[in-house]
Amino acid sequence: MFYIHCPYCEEHREEEEFHAKGQAHIARPADPESCSDQEWGDYLFFRDNPRGIHHELWVHAVGCRKFFNITRNTVSYAILETYKMGEQPHFTAEHPDGKPAEKVAAEAEAVSRQEGVNV
Amino acid sequence: MSQSLKQPNRLREGGRVDRARTLSFTFNGTRYQGHAGDTLASALLANGVDIVNRSFKYSRPRGIVAAGAEEPNALVQLGSTEAAQVPNVRATQQVLFDGLTAQSTNGWPNVQRDVMSLVGKLGGRFMPPGFYYKTFMAPASMWMTYEKYIRKGAGLGRSPMENDPDSYDHLHQHCDLLVIGAGPAGLSAAQTAARGGARVILCDEQEEMGGSLLDSRELLDHQPAAQWAERVIDELAALDNVTLLARTTANGYHDHHFVTLHERRTEHLGETAPLVDGVRPARSRMHRVRAGQVLLATGAHERPLVYGNNDVPGNLLAGAVSTYIRRYGVVPGNRLVLSTSNDHAYRAALDWDEAGREVVAIVDARQAPDGEWVEQARARGIRIITGSAVLEAKGDKRVSGARVATIDAEAFKVTGQAETLACDTIASSGGYSPVIHLASHTGARPIWNDEILGFVPSLVKGVHAAGSARGIHDLAEGLADGSAAAARALAALDLSAGTLELPQVDARREGATCALYQVPHEKPTLRGPKQFVDLQNDVTAAAIELATREGFESIEHVKRYTAMGFGTDQGKLGNINGMAIAARCLNRTIPEVGTTVFRPNYTPVTFGAIAGRHCRELFDPERYTAMHQWHVEHGAEFEDVGQWKRPWYFPKNVNGKLETLDEAVARECLAVRQGVGVLDASTLGKIDIQGPDAREFLGRVYTNKWAKLAPGRVRYGLMCKDDGMLMDDGTTSCLGENHFLMTTTTGGAAGVMEWLELWHQTEWPELDVTFTSVTDHWATITVTGPEARKLLAEITDIDLDKEQFKFMDWREGKVAEVPARVFRISFTGELAYEINVQANYAMHVWKTLFAHGEKYDLTPYGTETMHVLRAEKGLIIAGQDTDGSVTPEDLGMHWAIGYDKPFPWIGKRALSRPDTRRVDRKQLVGLKPRDPAVVLEEGAQIVLDPDHAIPMPMVGHVTSSYYSAILGHGIALAVVKGGHNRMGETVYLPMVDGQVHEAEIVSNVFYDPKGERQHV
Amino acid sequence: MSNSVAQNVRTFETHPEATVPAESPLAWSYHHSGRPGVSAKSCVVLRERAMLGHMILRGGAIVLDEAVRQVLGVGLPARPNGLTRDESGERSIQWLSPDEWLLIVPGGEEFALEAKLREALGDAHYAIVNVSGGQTLLELEGEKARELLMKSTPYDVHPDAFPVGKGVTTVFAKSNLILRRPDEQRWELVVRRSFADYLYRWLLDAGAEYAIGVEA
Repeated sequence: MFYIHCPYCEEHREEEEFHAKGQAHIARPADPESCSDQEWGDYLFFRDNPRGIHHELWVHAVGCRKFFNITRNTVSYAILETYKMGEQPHFTAEHPDGKPAEKVAAEAEAVSRQEGVNV
Repeated sequence: MSQSLKQPNRLREGGRVDRARTLSFTFNGTRYQGHAGDTLASALLANGVDIVNRSFKYSRPRGIVAAGAEEPNALVQLGSTEAAQVPNVRATQQVLFDGLTAQSTNGWPNVQRDVMSLVGKLGGRFMPPGFYYKTFMAPASMWMTYEKYIRKGAGLGRSPMENDPDSYDHLHQHCDLLVIGAGPAGLSAAQTAARGGARVILCDEQEEMGGSLLDSRELLDHQPAAQWAERVIDELAALDNVTLLARTTANGYHDHHFVTLHERRTEHLGETAPLVDGVRPARSRMHRVRAGQVLLATGAHERPLVYGNNDVPGNLLAGAVSTYIRRYGVVPGNRLVLSTSNDHAYRAALDWDEAGREVVAIVDARQAPDGEWVEQARARGIRIITGSAVLEAKGDKRVSGARVATIDAEAFKVTGQAETLACDTIASSGGYSPVIHLASHTGARPIWNDEILGFVPSLVKGVHAAGSARGIHDLAEGLADGSAAAARALAALDLSAGTLELPQVDARREGATCALYQVPHEKPTLRGPKQFVDLQNDVTAAAIELATREGFESIEHVKRYTAMGFGTDQGKLGNINGMAIAARCLNRTIPEVGTTVFRPNYTPVTFGAIAGRHCRELFDPERYTAMHQWHVEHGAEFEDVGQWKRPWYFPKNVNGKLETLDEAVARECLAVRQGVGVLDASTLGKIDIQGPDAREFLGRVYTNKWAKLAPGRVRYGLMCKDDGMLMDDGTTSCLGENHFLMTTTTGGAAGVMEWLELWHQTEWPELDVTFTSVTDHWATITVTGPEARKLLAEITDIDLDKEQFKFMDWREGKVAEVPARVFRISFTGELAYEINVQANYAMHVWKTLFAHGEKYDLTPYGTETMHVLRAEKGLIIAGQDTDGSVTPEDLGMHWAIGYDKPFPWIGKRALSRPDTRRVDRKQLVGLKPRDPAVVLEEGAQIVLDPDHAIPMPMVGHVTSSYYSAILGHGIALAVVKGGHNRMGETVYLPMVDGQVHEAEIVSNVFYDPKGERQHV
Repeated sequence: MSNSVAQNVRTFETHPEATVPAESPLAWSYHHSGRPGVSAKSCVVLRERAMLGHMILRGGAIVLDEAVRQVLGVGLPARPNGLTRDESGERSIQWLSPDEWLLIVPGGEEFALEAKLREALGDAHYAIVNVSGGQTLLELEGEKARELLMKSTPYDVHPDAFPVGKGVTTVFAKSNLILRRPDEQRWELVVRRSFADYLYRWLLDAGAEYAIGVEA
């Protein structure tokens, strides 16, 4: 029974309030028609099954009904962070102890460029 | 019934029992007496009952070994009536109450004369691991026969055959610090945290809190240790921020500091909870604790020594001897031999001596023991035999002597001539193993500590251990450790600890412990007397040695081959000895061999406590519609659809006989086809969709087109997953340009809602649209049949003219004075109106319909008739005719697929994959049985050639099948490979009973193929 | 009836002008399971506040807050899981999610209120949905009310964790509901119509040892 911090309700809630929805950050191809069958098959059916840090999509089903992401260690079951849709994880397989500050800044900049937002 | 009213082993004074309160109890048919404050075990020992059980595998007589949760032998079946039966209760944990009735778990016909010991003899002197498999498995077909008798003999207790009169419940708890164990470390920890103001839960599995302080020889602040414990408990009990739970076992440690505590609330009062004000309180309660931090003060279990015949009644743990004497005023024998590797166990001999009974000798494996208690024993003139151990117990149903000799523990051999000491009790102690079970539940591997000769817990973040639980056995150090651990735990939560002046403990010098697990014997282990490692599972040192010889080198494999540490025991007494033996045989060290994993539950938990009040009529939610009472009062039979209770059919009383399902359904079907019927369709999922992008969103999640659906119109839609498979269907009505009402299947409602949110939130947040469930807000009443218009016209102000209010239109107005939305949609193929009203008014509308419906013979119908009617029309039910592997194309519904819609809607891309374009995919068709009386079985497999050798190639299966009263023959929907191109072909359905049904592949629309009736 | 299409959304007055019998979601439960009386021994009292107006508000907090203030004189709760009430205590607004609030008002007010809110909101992006038929409100009161809740919900109902002015959607028995604390004395349970009987039976069963009574 996990104890999960909902980033929208801003507090911990019991696992039974949530549904797990599989691997996070799987974006639907913008133009499915231009995908090869293999690319489409990869999008539909293939998922990572790492030992260690994994990013998962969850929904606070009995609660605010918002989807969000969890970074979880699949060995220890420790939840390292939860973050809203559209945000990037701080803990990754590459940076299990957290991303260095300059990387975070670079990412934020990349996002702002992408979205055309002035931060 | 025989009676025994003496308590020969009860001391005149001492202990914490109340001798003024005598309680009677029955064990294996004999009446005995004990006192308030006894456990069943202490009372049995007081009465001199030696044999309390037969062993699981060898059926050897067994006595009480321990005084707590680690007891392996004294498992009893409780209960004087069938309903009150509880299996697998440890007599050491069951508090005595007046009238308690218990029986040995094993032993048939009784523990004194046991038939199964013959089975032990059948296997010769030595029953190796795997004995049962090897002996009884051939021929395999006979196993069921053997098993019946083996089970009867080697019982594991039995569950009651009648309903439990008790109730159970759960309590959800939250705290900053959960302290498990109320011994010295646990009490000082709880006190430290509680004084700081933290929310604290302190639990302890025993009847009284205090742990080892309750039978300690040591003084705290110059008073008996138990008095200090009482003071602390009183202080804690007075605090609002502290919850004290005695008789409460922490049985499982789950993720993120979720710990389940099993509180036995009335099990000390009687076998059924006594009524309080006419209400039966919960017999036991599961506390589901979410803790900020957890402190394990679970203490240690004494480790017995492994020597020959160490299972004969009269062999006890040294500490248990002290507990029985000091806590219960019971001396479990007359003449004691103590075999020890450490100083602490000397207290058993000192307590025994003070109780006025004979200590024959203390046999100490160490060459020169010299602690304070050793000196006290010497001073009393007790014989101490050093460098030696008990090799073997003598006796059959009770110890009659101890063979003692000098040994070389390291070389694992007996070095001297054995001497036999006459005695009736052998107490042994090989040291103390921290109770690391709960820490182990978290997945943390324990660490071997050479200094204490035991595993200490490794701890995940947020878990702390203190005192004996981490190998700090010294009382003063343990008290300080508890307090310090609590302060650490609170600091991790940014809370401050309270201040505490620890009680003063008189320093006591203790000599070092020597490492001794299995005691050597003159004979090799495989040929000598049985040396038991795990008494509950009857695992011997020889079995472990044999397992290693047979090639099982990993301790996990040894465990599984021998069953060591299995079941309810979870290796409490035996595990470390077993590992030590495996290490010796494999020529490795204990840490190299490693330990097995302890799993929940720590001690058994009743199913009642696990279920709580989620049982009987509260087992699962039952959802009712607003018309439920009417359905009940009109005799509806109900069907479960998800959690909903839906009327299945409404049997009528015809000539004094209630209609069968078939009779009722035939009548209901004809009523709809020929007159008018009414269905409570409130369970359909309903989602209110608003926003400027609502229409765009619908176009993306449905396969068909929504761009042009005008306000006032309704459309049927198919919803696929992105793999192109149908997930749900339903109608959606355009209420306003930016406003839609979507319906889903009854079972799919929650899933579809989450599905819409998933896509909106994760892929298309830019779309301005919201979804709100209005399933419960609207009650839905379907009036259908040729007479539907006439009936409805009587009670509505809506113009029902067929040109004004067409098929697939919806209109607003009043029905029975109540504002309503009426949708002209049909799931029956007949003229139909679905009426939505605010649910609080639905019963009024429903009753008004019946008030006007009499002249039309308005017939209520249930889900079964609904299914038949829609099947006659070839309409699918998602989840019945589809199973997640069926595309809209497979269903023949290309008319509902908008391939040319601009947005690549969900499921579209997958429909052009080679697999979804295969011509031999299973496709939906109708089946018409050749024999009109035959109704095919749902799920029946379809073959093309019934004469084909088995296995026959199967080309599909029946998904829905009914008898159609209007058509006068059976009809079925089925999926058949390439079915759309097989119209008119004959297929076969071989049945289990050898019959083969013949059916013709036909269109799935059986009735009114042109669909004229719904347009009238 | 004055149903209208404002901003292309169809609003709908659900209440009849004529007097028509209405049944709360617990009508069947009272009939079938009865109502244990309130006695001196009752440490928990259960009371249904039936037929209230329940509405879901969706949209951005800032624009909704302004409109709600203007129409009801009370703003949206500032924090997640917040619950605010107007001065009379008869109208309340509860945070359900970052873009969703539950408005509970005296029964019959909902249609007019929706119209006023829509007028105040103008062209903003928002949604208002009447859900009054789909839920009912129960009140629990008494010295054992909190313990009864502890039997039923994994949510922490300790006053430190659940102060007055809080409301959450959470698991309750094997169902779920909205749990709120409008003042020191009372707990409110907003339950879905179809689950109401299950929850009622649960509360009576779990509350039996507290001699739970149901106020008519």
